[in-house]
Amino acid sequence: MADKEMQKREASSPVETERTKTMKVFIPRVDICETEDAIVLLADMPGVDEKSVDITLEKNVLTLSGRVEPVSCEGYLAAYAEYEAGDYERAFTLSDEIDRDKIEASVKDGVLKLTLPKAEPVKLRKISVKPA
Amino acid sequence: MFWPEIGRYGRVWSPWREMERLQQDVNRLLSRESAPTFPAVNIWASDQDVIVTAEVPGVDPANLDITVAENILRLTGSRKPEELKPGEVSHRRERASGEFTRSFRLPYAVDSGKVEASCEKGILKVRLPRAEEDKPRKIAIKSQK
Repeated sequence: MADKEMQKREASSPVETERTKTMKVFIPRVDICETEDAIVLLADMPGVDEKSVDITLEKNVLTLSGRVEPVSCEGYLAAYAEYEAGDYERAFTLSDEIDRDKIEASVKDGVLKLTLPKAEPVKLRKISVKPA
Repeated sequence: MFWPEIGRYGRVWSPWREMERLQQDVNRLLSRESAPTFPAVNIWASDQDVIVTAEVPGVDPANLDITVAENILRLTGSRKPEELKPGEVSHRRERASGEFTRSFRLPYAVDSGKVEASCEKGILKVRLPRAEEDKPRKIAIKSQK
């Protein structure tokens, strides 16, 4: 698993919005898979629990954000550091219609699991052309 | 002849171009992120104990082994890949899975019997108290009166 891709990626500084906290923001790594009736998303967000995660779906933009309380070690000196604590943010544009009322989210061991059930397909209406 | 042959490729060998290429190669090597590994670990130390934290999202604590020998801490574990059922299509796969092992040399020997570990919200926290015989001792100086 020694791979460059395992590292946390820092988000580029947002242009439109600025944050009030000076904490870093990271892009969580995600797996997305599509089943017949839902889209399942898994995101690595270590340090986030069910209370500190926000999921919003506006139009077809899904936004994940997670707040992380940094582990503070009073009276200790940092001897070695490989990661920084920071919040998480990422947004996706969904192509399919999602049934908003049935979205399920859970967090386990720092992994957010989101199930987005697809809405019933809009029935196509066939218009018959009457002969004149 | 020699020169016309080279000229056929449209580029004449130039020491400057070679230097430029070498410089690019060196820059690329130096800019590479150092030791990218999973899990990322932070270590805090005081006189009395060491705290090691690691980001292990999605790792079942049951699949995580911590071993301590004197001042060497070893973390081994695995993260199970999400398996696709038939009919499922993967759109993105950014989260890696598999086995990992990491070893660290701690600043001093620790008492392996008193090591405490907890795993919350995908963050592992291990507290390793310093071995009693390794603790610094203050030596009183007897005055000769």
